[in-house]
Amino acid sequence: MSNKKYKLLQGNEACVEGALAAGMRFFAGYPITPSTEIAEISSQRLPLIGGKFIQMEDELASMAAIIGASLTGLKSMTATSGPGFSLMQENIGYAAITETPCVIVNVQRGGPSTGLPTSPAQGDVMQAKWGTHGDHPVVALTPNSVQETYEYTVKAFNIAEKYRTPVILLMDETVGHMREKMIIKDPSEIEVINRKKPNCKPIEYIAFKPDKDMVPPMAAFGEGYRYHVTGLVHDETGFPTNNNEVAENLIRRLVEKIEKNIEDFSYYEEYRLEDAEVVIVAYGGVSRSAKYAVDELRKKNIKAGMFRPITIWPFLEKQIREVGLRAKEIYVAEMNLGQYFLEVERVAGKYCSVKKINKVNGELMTPDEIINSIGGNI
Amino acid sequence: MNCNSTTKNYYRTEKLPHIWCPGCGHGTLLNAVVRAIEKLGLNKDEVVVVSGIGCSSRAPGYLDFNTLHTTHGRALAFATGIKFANPKLHVIVIMGDGDSSAIGGNHLIHAARRNIDLTTIVFNNNIYGMTGGQYSPTTPYGDFATTSAYGNIEKPFDLCSLAQGAGSTYVGRGTAYHTRLMQNLVEKAIQNKGFSFVEGLSICPTYYGRKNKKGDAFEMHTFYKENCVDIKVAEKDPEKGKNKILIGEFHSCPKPEYTESYQVIIDRFQGMGV
Repeated sequence: MSNKKYKLLQGNEACVEGALAAGMRFFAGYPITPSTEIAEISSQRLPLIGGKFIQMEDELASMAAIIGASLTGLKSMTATSGPGFSLMQENIGYAAITETPCVIVNVQRGGPSTGLPTSPAQGDVMQAKWGTHGDHPVVALTPNSVQETYEYTVKAFNIAEKYRTPVILLMDETVGHMREKMIIKDPSEIEVINRKKPNCKPIEYIAFKPDKDMVPPMAAFGEGYRYHVTGLVHDETGFPTNNNEVAENLIRRLVEKIEKNIEDFSYYEEYRLEDAEVVIVAYGGVSRSAKYAVDELRKKNIKAGMFRPITIWPFLEKQIREVGLRAKEIYVAEMNLGQYFLEVERVAGKYCSVKKINKVNGELMTPDEIINSIGGNI
Repeated sequence: MNCNSTTKNYYRTEKLPHIWCPGCGHGTLLNAVVRAIEKLGLNKDEVVVVSGIGCSSRAPGYLDFNTLHTTHGRALAFATGIKFANPKLHVIVIMGDGDSSAIGGNHLIHAARRNIDLTTIVFNNNIYGMTGGQYSPTTPYGDFATTSAYGNIEKPFDLCSLAQGAGSTYVGRGTAYHTRLMQNLVEKAIQNKGFSFVEGLSICPTYYGRKNKKGDAFEMHTFYKENCVDIKVAEKDPEKGKNKILIGEFHSCPKPEYTESYQVIIDRFQGMGV
């Protein structure tokens, strides 16, 4: 018998539900609006199931603590917003090069700097990809509803575990704070992936030797596989090296293990795209307005549709190319000055016209604003 | 590095020789740490050694434990995650003076304040060695470094006072010359159930020594030999401690430990309201 539960939750609350369903047992964080509920609820819920919550002294430390906890085998998460996300970049890079699974939630607010702490924005899209220095893999998922926040938090953990990589759940204040009816699924209906463990003897364990899927099995500290972990470029044994060939191979493998497996986590929604000539590309909170705008434009006999990336990084190049080949015009609607637009234009710009609709005043973009931007051009 | 037949078991000997300069005090301090672990008979699988960035932070790579070489200043934050996630592990953190008290100063005071069971050992050589000799928060006033060409106008931290003031429940100071004292302090620090802080005064003949005309390694060790006084001696006879560097056990005062306090919460609430 299925044991689903209907609940009225905020996006931030649903994020914790998803994390717990995925097996989160460790949370470290630092208070910051508009993500704080995620820390508060984690602090209440985790001890009830034997998990651990700690409020660290800052976001640098929060990110470090979840990596440390993950190295002992616990599924770990932190949650923050813009200013904290900036501080976490240092150790997001460390998680990437040491291949330590972890989930980082960024409930985006207006920036730069302290910006608009209680207002929605989508200004961290490029930071999610390029925020930490050096070439590195990034997976970022962008839900647009409370239900999706729950489901994609589970997927974020699964991707982190399967590919040994940090995964960013890129929410925005709209999604984090809105309340909607949602379904908490029966555990039997939720796919939960756990990291690969070594099945060799400790003496035979080569800590960073990848399998054919480019992912090395991961032992936990304390299990008898004594190994070395460093943020320096390292060889398969985990020890630092300046060997140019090893460095090249490592960085390429880290990036390729994500990019070559993109089909495994290419999540998106297509809405009324079949015959669409005008396609709105939107994600997160803005996509809710975009969907409404599509219906209104259709009433005005404009063949409108929407493409909504949920996997925002790596970029869904194949899908966006197809949209570009079929559409006459693409409008990228986002609450920044055109960050995702740059990628859409790069890929689809040679096939159709790509325009941008932007808003950075701290209010959610409305359907009318999208309709008027498009209507004024048609 | 001089590892005798018994301590050899705790080193990844294939990773030697180490990267430290001739005369550096870090190897001696590290050996004191290893001897302490050996004396306590800790299971190698249950020991985690965490470090940040700098000369001192290369130490874990040479040790046959679970070892984690983290980002600059953040070793204690990583170690907090490890210890809290799995309190059975003995977590030993090795940092340098800049690592622990400049870029990592905030993590140091908060780890101490929480009294989480971490054994923190700072190899203090009064300089940033890895980057070529810049002044650190423990470079003495007036001393020279590549970034204090006209003499350092900043006042140095007393790291032990800092750690004790922040809440560390065990505090001591040894030196690269006083190796047996260093070993004893580390032993007690590991045994203390709470945040422990041991400062190991190191020597850096290459940068700090050369910039400040302190002589070679032998002379720098001799300086420690002649200018360090155990706190017990100084307490009995304050004259003997005057203008000297105090060493020894400064503070030992057990208090409730963080992971144990959290376990009390789990034991009380686990299974409720899920």
